Amino acid sequence: MKKEALERLAPWLTTAVFILIWWLAIIVFGIKNYILPTPLETVQALAKYWSPLLTNGMATLATTLIGFGIAVVIGMVLGILVGSSRLAYKALYPLLVAFNSVPKAALIPIFVIWFGAGTLPAIMTAFMLSFFPVVANVATAFATIEPELLEVMRSLGASQRDMTLKVGIPRSLPYFFASLKIAITLAFVGSVIAEIIAGNSGIGNVMLVAGSNFNVPLVFAALVVVGAMGIGMYAIFDFIERRMTGWSARAEITTQQIGGA
Amino acid sequence: MAFIELAGVDLAYTARSTGANTLAVSGANVDIAYGEFVSIVGPSGCGKSTLLKLIAGLMRPSRGNVRVDGSEVQRPLKTVGMAFQNATLLPWRNIRDNVMLPLEIVEPYRSTQRQDREKNHERVEMLLAKVGLSGFADRMPWELSGGMQQRAQLCRALIHEPSILLLDEPFAALDTFTREELWGVLQELWSFRKCTIILITHELREAVFLADTIHIMSARPGHIIKTSKIDLPRPRTLESTFDPKFVDVVHDLRHHIGKGKQS
Repeated sequence: MKKEALERLAPWLTTAVFILIWWLAIIVFGIKNYILPTPLETVQALAKYWSPLLTNGMATLATTLIGFGIAVVIGMVLGILVGSSRLAYKALYPLLVAFNSVPKAALIPIFVIWFGAGTLPAIMTAFMLSFFPVVANVATAFATIEPELLEVMRSLGASQRDMTLKVGIPRSLPYFFASLKIAITLAFVGSVIAEIIAGNSGIGNVMLVAGSNFNVPLVFAALVVVGAMGIGMYAIFDFIERRMTGWSARAEITTQQIGGA
Repeated sequence: MAFIELAGVDLAYTARSTGANTLAVSGANVDIAYGEFVSIVGPSGCGKSTLLKLIAGLMRPSRGNVRVDGSEVQRPLKTVGMAFQNATLLPWRNIRDNVMLPLEIVEPYRSTQRQDREKNHERVEMLLAKVGLSGFADRMPWELSGGMQQRAQLCRALIHEPSILLLDEPFAALDTFTREELWGVLQELWSFRKCTIILITHELREAVFLADTIHIMSARPGHIIKTSKIDLPRPRTLESTFDPKFVDVVHDLRHHIGKGKQS
């Protein structure tokens, strides 16, 4: 019971310690507030600029979710394709890896040339950053289906569609949700970077404008907003994951037991 | 006429890593009658599992013929049930839904699964009772022991009333007591379903306990080096495994396997 309470408190405690260190550093080293504002100044900026932070935060959230949504759909389809067909794997995987190795920030100027400054480059960047983990995880889930299970299915005359719907997709769900938690945070990174480089709205744009006015407390307030949105989305997907795939945690324990015997 | 007939079957496969051609099965000839309980024994890696895949139509022979019920096997047969050493139950489904899996795939059950829901649930319940799993239909696979998972797997293999049941060392990972108990369960299932069973095992006592006919395979590339009819009376009990006649049969088979390894 006591251990449980500690576990519940742990994330808040670490956050409090972090804020404390931040504050102490400012006092001890005498850092000026146009270099690094105190936590209090950051909170004051949050209160003062709550309205623009809210509207731009919502804009960033929308941009991120659109890019993320596209990434989930395309990532799932590509993952199933790459994971269930050897030919598709051979044909597509090198290209996907190459694609993923390109620094996405370097592509933003190209997107601006193609689509103009604004929301579209941010959606594209969020998509590009977040689709790869989904592909890789879903593909892994499909590629690691037990061969015996495939034999059972094939010996019953199951079609490729049967295998995907009855085995592949349910089996890939734990992998899929795990990838969503990574992908949503990457999507935030993508949209905010694009807003900083080429946006005319969104949290990234707020940070760019505030930075050029040396309003560093507002920059930090904007960072807090991005962090909070990231944690919020992560928590939502974590919750869905646990509701949908509670079986997977227990099933793994069982396989380990059998493997040991 | 034989129900299942393998005539001069070779199976060569190309290893992905080395590109070398390996002969897994060479010149296998097997005749199996309808309703017969057959066991195939042999040293490990001799191509026993390959033989099962050939019969199920999951692989095509490189040479020779595989015929089931008079016609050549060209594609996966839909009238087989399979069970393996790993229970391979779907961890996200409870035991009932795991056992029902074949009914969602094989016709005619597939098209009538909606209106026959109640009836199918009863069939699952009855089959589970036969293997001693009454009351476990709503449990998840991870809540069951290894032996219970194997019982559930046998039910899944039989629910669509296949004419052939292919078993690839289904009891190999279990402890001796559980294994011997499941021999009795399998014998009981067979006497009540009367399908043709092919059991792969390297446990000779298991083969003698269960089978009408035992085919001994040579080391790789595998072929049948000896076929023995086991005419011990049925039903066989664990008591009968200590019978001198039973022990003699096991001993004789052991001798032949020893020879197969040397050749």
